[in-house]
Amino acid sequence: MTTTPKLSINHLKVSVEGKPILNGIDLEIKGGEVHAIMGPNGTGKSTLAAALMGHPKYEVTDGQVLLDGQDLLEMEVDERARAGLFLAMQYPSEISGVTNADFLRSAINARRGEGNEVSLMKFIRELDQKMESLEIDQSFSTRYLNEGFSGGEKKRNEILQLMMLKPRIAILDEVDSGLDIDALKIVANGVNQLLSPEMGVMVITHYQRLLNYIEPHYVHVIMQGKIVKSGGPELAKRLEAEGYDWVKEELGIEDETVGQTK
Amino acid sequence: MAKQIPEIEEYRYGFRDKDVSVYRAKRGLTREIVEEISRMKNEPEWMLQFRLKSLEQFYKMPLPNSHNSKWFSILPGKLDDLNFDDITYYVKPSERKGRSWEEVPEEIKKTFDKLGIPEAEQKFLAGVSAQYESEVVYHNMQKELEDQGVIFCDTDTAVREYPELLKEYFGTVVPPSDNKFAALNSAVWSGGSFIYVPKGVKCEVPLQAYFRINSENMGQFERTLIIADEGSFVHYVEGCTAPIYSTDSLHSAVVEIIVKDHARCRYTTIQNWSANVYNLVTKRAVAERGAHMEWVDGNIGSKLTMKYPAVVMKGEGAKADVLSIAVAGKNQHQDAGAKVTALAPNCTATIVSKSISKQGGKVTYRGLTSFGRNSAGSKANVKCDTLILDDQSTSDTIPYNEIKNDNIILEHEATVSKVSEDQLFYLMSRGLTEDEATQMIIMGFIEPFTKELPMEYAVEMNRLIKYEMEGSIG
Repeated sequence: MTTTPKLSINHLKVSVEGKPILNGIDLEIKGGEVHAIMGPNGTGKSTLAAALMGHPKYEVTDGQVLLDGQDLLEMEVDERARAGLFLAMQYPSEISGVTNADFLRSAINARRGEGNEVSLMKFIRELDQKMESLEIDQSFSTRYLNEGFSGGEKKRNEILQLMMLKPRIAILDEVDSGLDIDALKIVANGVNQLLSPEMGVMVITHYQRLLNYIEPHYVHVIMQGKIVKSGGPELAKRLEAEGYDWVKEELGIEDETVGQTK
Repeated sequence: MAKQIPEIEEYRYGFRDKDVSVYRAKRGLTREIVEEISRMKNEPEWMLQFRLKSLEQFYKMPLPNSHNSKWFSILPGKLDDLNFDDITYYVKPSERKGRSWEEVPEEIKKTFDKLGIPEAEQKFLAGVSAQYESEVVYHNMQKELEDQGVIFCDTDTAVREYPELLKEYFGTVVPPSDNKFAALNSAVWSGGSFIYVPKGVKCEVPLQAYFRINSENMGQFERTLIIADEGSFVHYVEGCTAPIYSTDSLHSAVVEIIVKDHARCRYTTIQNWSANVYNLVTKRAVAERGAHMEWVDGNIGSKLTMKYPAVVMKGEGAKADVLSIAVAGKNQHQDAGAKVTALAPNCTATIVSKSISKQGGKVTYRGLTSFGRNSAGSKANVKCDTLILDDQSTSDTIPYNEIKNDNIILEHEATVSKVSEDQLFYLMSRGLTEDEATQMIIMGFIEPFTKELPMEYAVEMNRLIKYEMEGSIG
């Protein structure tokens, strides 16, 4: 596909176990753009990521999501992936007995389809090169998928997958959590290498810190399951300096969280 | 993500060839049949007497049940359906025995072709004795092994050609009185492999035999005897497949292994019986001083499998490893496990059992760890993991421990898990379909087993599991 990727989220409402979490999200992400989704804990950021990818626990109650004009919400999780959506997860699962390399090759081939599998040599060369750029040890590829990985290793592995799978729209769900500053730089550097008109990025983060390294074009603040404020990079900087209270005051919000029992 | 669950009715190797058997015993088990079997095999008198004594044992012994057996205080289901009078006890497939591939009868060859044996042999085999129905029809052994003095032949041949070895060891590890099925096998046994590895000889490539039964209601009672003499090493590999029958079939083998001082023997089995086969097998090894016995045992299919590879660690410092997987699908019960007994100091046993149940299948881990009075310093580690794929399927763990020495270590760990929603979501979010993701999780689960297999078996195993798992998740 040579067209510029485009993800259009229109009035998306999502419930978890009957509780409304997202109360109408509108957002459009195009290839070449980096959108940061910010907000305090418990406001619905990760729900947005999981719902877009199609986690069965998250029930879409209203709204529409189009990926390159196709109805994303009608698709199974794997179909969304093959259509070009990628989610770097906050808590990736561990799969015992399956090596990173085997898993990655299966995932790449799932996208390429039968009869068009990636050649083993080409795969290994690319994997080695990407692992090097993420400063990942060679032994990584033969370790079992995320099993016994430290928090930082898991995050790097998510970015490695991102680099190998080259999606059209990438969602990064708190990839910065649990990373020290050096690891953060490496991870951000990996993402930056991929930035091009061929890929749109949604960066979900709690802190401005990551955005020093992955520079967003747009910043959106989520509270109470809605985007309550949008702006450019300067918005993130102000949030870093002043916190979220001024946003709440400005909008007259007392409790920014959503769906939580207090 | 719910999908229709297509049932697996078609069995991969469920093709059946025209019956080319020359002789077929009548149904039911009588003294005449046992005599006839012995006569047709030109057996010496001592073996005939052994068979007849075993037959008496068989008649005398009751089927195991929860009253007469401590081991079966919880009896596997379905055993009561077994009718011993409804089974053919001997089928001789042809008069001739193939020496090279060209000499093997065409019909039989076709069956082997479908299983890909010739290619496998070319690539990998050191020697093949492929059992078709009850007798070995094809046997080939690399000259190299012969030069080293290794004996690898079918057990019938061994009775005639190596009477001293046979008389010394046959029936010593698993006596006919051991259990009803061992008695049955001892009376009507046919085929199986005999291996003798001389002192200090290390067989670098595995010795292999393929087994296959192909006649309706036909029992297969192969008898395998392996003697690994002092300081030797041998890896024996046995793979089984069976076609579909309309009525039940019985497979009741006996495997006896003697691992002498500082020798090592590995016995690898993959069994893929069709869903109507009773697979009731007695496998036992004796490990002497510093000897190492490894059972690698894969059980897929069958109606009921009862199999507990055993190692009696008789000599100081003996080692036992039992690594097994069991997969039970619809109407199947895998009652499998291991028995390890330490009779000498500083013995070590490791049992790893991986079970999968699906579509209402049932898996039972039944295991014995026994430490005798002289077993000071011995230890055993038991790990049982079960993966249950749906709500209809079940698993049980029945461990028996007998400890007669205070100075031992016994560890037991058991886990039961399901394929988690989050794992599936994770893999699917990278583009794998639900089936592919499930398969990947299952393959990962049994990886500790497959990684121990010779490469081509690992490939075959993965293929079988994939086939077994197709559409089994809703």
